[in-house]
Amino acid sequence: MKRSTLITLKTLAWIACLSVAARLAWGMVTNNLGPDPSAAIAFATGKTTIWLLAITLAITPLRRLSPRLNWLIKFRRLFGLFAFFYATLHMLTYVALYSGFSLAAMESDIARRRFITMGVAAYLLLVPLALTSTTWAIRKLGGKNWNRLHKLVYAAAICGVIHYWWQVKTGVITPLTITLVLAVLFLARPVTAWLQRRKARAAVAA
Amino acid sequence: MLIGKPPDIPSSEITSREEYFRYLSRRRFLKGAAATGAAALAASRFIAPRTVQAGTKLQTVPSPLTTTGEQLTSFDDITHYNNFYEFGVDKGDPAKNADALPTRPWTVKVEGKVAKPLTFDIEDLLKLHPLEDRVYRHRCVEAWSMVIPWVGYSLSEFIKQCNPLPSAKYVQFLSYYNSKIEKWGYEDPGIYWPYSEGLRMDEAMNPLTLFTFGLYGETLPNQDGAPVRVVLPWKYGYKSAKSIVTVRFIDKQPPTTWNDQAPSEYGFYSNVNPNVDHPRWSQKTERRIGLPFYAQRRTTLMFNGYTDQVASLYNGMDLKKNF
Repeated sequence: MKRSTLITLKTLAWIACLSVAARLAWGMVTNNLGPDPSAAIAFATGKTTIWLLAITLAITPLRRLSPRLNWLIKFRRLFGLFAFFYATLHMLTYVALYSGFSLAAMESDIARRRFITMGVAAYLLLVPLALTSTTWAIRKLGGKNWNRLHKLVYAAAICGVIHYWWQVKTGVITPLTITLVLAVLFLARPVTAWLQRRKARAAVAA
Repeated sequence: MLIGKPPDIPSSEITSREEYFRYLSRRRFLKGAAATGAAALAASRFIAPRTVQAGTKLQTVPSPLTTTGEQLTSFDDITHYNNFYEFGVDKGDPAKNADALPTRPWTVKVEGKVAKPLTFDIEDLLKLHPLEDRVYRHRCVEAWSMVIPWVGYSLSEFIKQCNPLPSAKYVQFLSYYNSKIEKWGYEDPGIYWPYSEGLRMDEAMNPLTLFTFGLYGETLPNQDGAPVRVVLPWKYGYKSAKSIVTVRFIDKQPPTTWNDQAPSEYGFYSNVNPNVDHPRWSQKTERRIGLPFYAQRRTTLMFNGYTDQVASLYNGMDLKKNF
């Protein structure tokens, strides 16, 4: 890929990732977030987090489909860090707008409300991944260890989806789409890996 | 706020009653104009794109039972942020779908432990007692709240006309349900329709319990439970059954929809109580709808602030057990 194309694509990715936050910020300033702005902020930041996680998880299976898609890896860290950025905003929404910065309220929530417990777990799983996202950290840990550590992203995504299902009320099935997308992405890994092995064997046999 | 320029007030900015009536008169004018020509219709659509179906102005009198010192939630939010599962589970669904509800002709059947089963026509119910303006706080179990200027009279006035027998210990309310019309509710496999709610007789007779026909001075919009509902300001919102077609007097506690759904989460009494949390979230605080994000959070009051009027109903009861 040409350097200029890469720069253009990265700029577009930044704009796309920031657009949700920009829209929210604008809505907050103009008080234009609908009847329940706290809920609108919580929903938008949470939804963006889980979808950005899905995008980062889609990159490896897509690359396995064709070597021509290898360049996608250059975007994984960007999307992953933006997922963490929105997860942090989501967390701050809870801390500021839902618990009103009350430590007592947060303590009792985290201990007793399973959807909050699950959300906090998902967030805590993302923290070490964000901290070790620098090139320096990858080098320091070594590729193998780094890969092993970053398998935590699966656990974070699963916790995130459970958090979503436990949060919505009976009869609401909005989390279904992201659940199916993540399920396909999870299944895609063994399937594409198997296809790759078969191709490799075929190549050896030939 | 655009107080200085009444003709330009969008419905979302309406908060006070005076402003509301100014808005109403303008809207009525636009409606009249609309009848005279398509151009005027287009104009009214352009100016007021989110008005709900025609409301009729109701003749009302003031009430000593009204709540004071609260900023009213806007008409727009009261009519576009609803829980009315028969018309969909999203807050915006009822405003989109409830047009299908046929509110005329409408009758309310009275049955069970009464001297004689009766049927009331909605027009007669509207005339049964003077309609009062009553502002009430409205607290949803989902931890959001509003302040709504309802129109109606105490349910006790209606119950007196029903001649319940001494054996009537509870009142059950059944909401309108037709799976051909309310197909959104039909798709939900978890709920047994019609929606059912109930009260103990003394709760039903409490003067705060409002037999409700309107809000903001005009007939109820469909998504708010037209043409007649009950409103129980000291209980979580789902106790306030909408679009009532049957009132049944019975000798034992009736089944109620949300209690049937999840008995550990929704009790029969469902009094607003900051000391008893919902298993999945805290009830200590609430979000006031329509306020900016930094001003929404507020402390939830015992009995939603109506302790003086209703606490005596529950003397000697363990409200943690009877939540």
